[in-house]
Amino acid sequence: MPKLTINGNAVEVPAGTTVLQACQLAGFEVAHFCFHQRLSIAGNCRMCLVEQEKAPKPIASCAMPAADGMVIHTDSEKAKKARHGVMEFLLINHPLDCPICDQGGECDLQDQAMAYGFDRGRYIENKRAVKDKDFGPLVATSMNRCIHCTRCVRFATEIAGVEDLGATGRGEDMEIGTYVERTLSSELSANIVDLCPVGALTAKPYAFIARPWELTKTESVDVLDAVGSNIRVDARSGQVLRVLPRLNEAINEEWIADKTRFALDGLTKRRLDTPYVRKDGKLVEASWADAFTAIAARLKGVAGGRMAALAGDLADCESMLALKELMAALGSPHLDCRQDGASLDPSCRAGYLFNTTIAGIEEADACLLIGTHPRWEAPIVNARLRKRWLQGGFKVAGIGAPRELTYSVEWVGAGPETLADLVAGKHKFVETLKAAKKPMLILGQGALRRRDGAAILHLARTLAESAGLVREDWNGFNVLHTAAARVGGLDLGFVPQAGGRDTAGILSGCEKGEIEFVYLLGADEIDMKRLGKAFVVYQGHHGDAGAHRADVVLPGAAYTEKDGTYVNTEGRVQYGRRAIFPLGEARDDWTILRALSEVLGHKLPYDNLRAVRRRLAEVNGVFGRVDEAPRAAWGKFGQDGRVEREPFAYPIADYYRTDPISRASPTMAECAAQFGGAARTGTHG
Amino acid sequence: MSAHDNSAPVTQPASFAFTPENLKKAQAHIAKYPPGRQASAVLPLLDLAQRQHDNWLPRAAMDTVADMLGMARIRVYEVATFYTMFNLKPVGTHFFQICTTTPCWLRGSDEVVAACKKKLGIGIGETTADGKFTLREVECLGACVNAPIIQVNDDFYEDLDGRSTEALIDALARGQTPPMGSVTKRQTSAPEGGATTLKDLSFAGGKR
Repeated sequence: MPKLTINGNAVEVPAGTTVLQACQLAGFEVAHFCFHQRLSIAGNCRMCLVEQEKAPKPIASCAMPAADGMVIHTDSEKAKKARHGVMEFLLINHPLDCPICDQGGECDLQDQAMAYGFDRGRYIENKRAVKDKDFGPLVATSMNRCIHCTRCVRFATEIAGVEDLGATGRGEDMEIGTYVERTLSSELSANIVDLCPVGALTAKPYAFIARPWELTKTESVDVLDAVGSNIRVDARSGQVLRVLPRLNEAINEEWIADKTRFALDGLTKRRLDTPYVRKDGKLVEASWADAFTAIAARLKGVAGGRMAALAGDLADCESMLALKELMAALGSPHLDCRQDGASLDPSCRAGYLFNTTIAGIEEADACLLIGTHPRWEAPIVNARLRKRWLQGGFKVAGIGAPRELTYSVEWVGAGPETLADLVAGKHKFVETLKAAKKPMLILGQGALRRRDGAAILHLARTLAESAGLVREDWNGFNVLHTAAARVGGLDLGFVPQAGGRDTAGILSGCEKGEIEFVYLLGADEIDMKRLGKAFVVYQGHHGDAGAHRADVVLPGAAYTEKDGTYVNTEGRVQYGRRAIFPLGEARDDWTILRALSEVLGHKLPYDNLRAVRRRLAEVNGVFGRVDEAPRAAWGKFGQDGRVEREPFAYPIADYYRTDPISRASPTMAECAAQFGGAARTGTHG
Repeated sequence: MSAHDNSAPVTQPASFAFTPENLKKAQAHIAKYPPGRQASAVLPLLDLAQRQHDNWLPRAAMDTVADMLGMARIRVYEVATFYTMFNLKPVGTHFFQICTTTPCWLRGSDEVVAACKKKLGIGIGETTADGKFTLREVECLGACVNAPIIQVNDDFYEDLDGRSTEALIDALARGQTPPMGSVTKRQTSAPEGGATTLKDLSFAGGKR
């Protein structure tokens, strides 16, 4: 533990700390551009120069390890003068275009120029001009502004794992780019916009839209995958303008996936903003009262056993609870939140969670991927796996069709029979798992959403138990979900009640006419043709598949428009917060159900959000433990049975279009066209 | 200017492969480094590729080298664009690198440059229409004692002035290869007109 003196204060810092970090720990901010704590050290912007006593010249504090006895001055004349000089050099080639630059107002260079800039330029030569690069539909470039900090290059290489970016040329001719005509093919690519300390890389869909000081900022969580990335939603006058990551070491660190960031323009397209009732085969606009009356009229005399409800992938827990309790009051046992038909076993919580936790991946030393393509299903989890892999001593094997996951994976098989071999000890990777101190497996929805899903779940559990994945101090059994609503739905028991039908049962019941009323809570991923002649109520926010089939459409709120509870794949309960109000006549989803319940004569016993949340915590204690991922007790789940030979199919065919919001988003459509969605995978390098 | 000029598009060959002979040399270079450190061989391999490919390095060659060494292609592009000795577009059979750094300039490199331009009818960074000559201005070539100098491919021609530069170009154009080194016939960098010191070596048992 080196002890050093910073500006006259003695501090002791952990070994391996840099001088810059030591200064920060001591409470002295040191200006910097290229240094970033999650990236390797480059030491090339020179902005962090500080004075070290007995050193001949100022030192770059970001690249200097803190050592015993150092005496550092961050604000001495010498240090300040050095930084003024560096700033003058940086500004030599930096254009004075702050008024038209999207970074304006949140620009490190602008801020630091206020502190270290000179009030006039002394440079009379021509400034250099650099051609802008094409980084695809998400990242706009203005390379004249680049100060060559190489943060984007290091991010692409280290975190995203696509070595496409580099610094070509030398000296004044150095340029950041891909050299060959190529866009950045990574699901995390737009994080370089956040990393860029100047306006060289900005968000293309957000170009010239707003200034940071005009935005109201709301801290929320993402629902477009099951990771529950922490986000900040920036809105202005009733419109969400951008989504930025929010630091959460346990989940997304400070990154978010491109879909999380840019699907937001889908929030203004194809929205349901008023109730609709089908009349003479056509959906016509209606009032809330008319819509509720239409439902009540249709339900009159229908037995509970002939009604069913399905919850979609984006549903919040409050509305699922309200719907579950409404269905119970109506006497229907047929409800399911697994609209993809995945054989998740709701009886044992550990059986459907990512028990290791996302941060826990960093402790693991062997990993088996079963029917999962984490790069598309959860890019943030994939980034964690890569982070762990980069640290070394992490063996990864995969069962499924080979994909480029940005770390090396030994693809050991394609389908369930390989898993069965592993369980029987016939495959040598099982030795690796057994020898590992903290082995883990990740079971994807691709392995579960098939007829033999329950048998595969059973096999995976058997493997976890026999290969030592589950112990007192470690649980290496993980299910990776793709839907934000799934764990929450299972936690609050939005599954078939005694004698109830699951998704497949409900659909076949509709076809046979045994189910005549279906309530779709944002469920769009089922085959609508199979609903047969059933009377369908669709409650949701987008005119997607469900709304087109519906007989009554009730307009709900999107995740940015309501206070909602979501449980991520780790089983972590998080609150999403309202950034703007729902569009038009649309309402918070649980309030719609509460209002409907009254019309139907089964008034639900909660009138405000606190009461719903209290009820949630009564249904399952985990809802009372926000932002925690409590360890779930191990138990029996899955069902022993025959597995088929058919190889695993990954659940996501097109990363950029997985849900009603991203399907409505023009930006995501452009990404899908450019990056080829299903057809292309990996880095194509 | 010794920077790469990327302004004009270059017709790139579709593929590149080392000749069996060069492949053997390349593998010898790679074998010099411990396993996992093959990337260290990037410079010699790029040089080998450039020599094989008419003194310029097409992108296909960089890709081949990257794949051979298990490097990301961009890492090889970075190296190749950093070092000005790699030519990223076609150059003439006789690739003139004229030194204009201070010692050469003091000794009359301006005259050498002017002679080249006049004789060949091209400017710095250009190639003659027949593809025989390319001119480039470079920084110090490290032969200041014999300034001014031109490096033609791998050979140094030293102690040049306007007239001897023109003679050099004429000879090359005729297909001759004048002997490299000082064009004034002095021995390496010994004084012009013979030795001025150490004329008597008898103290050391020598004759002279």
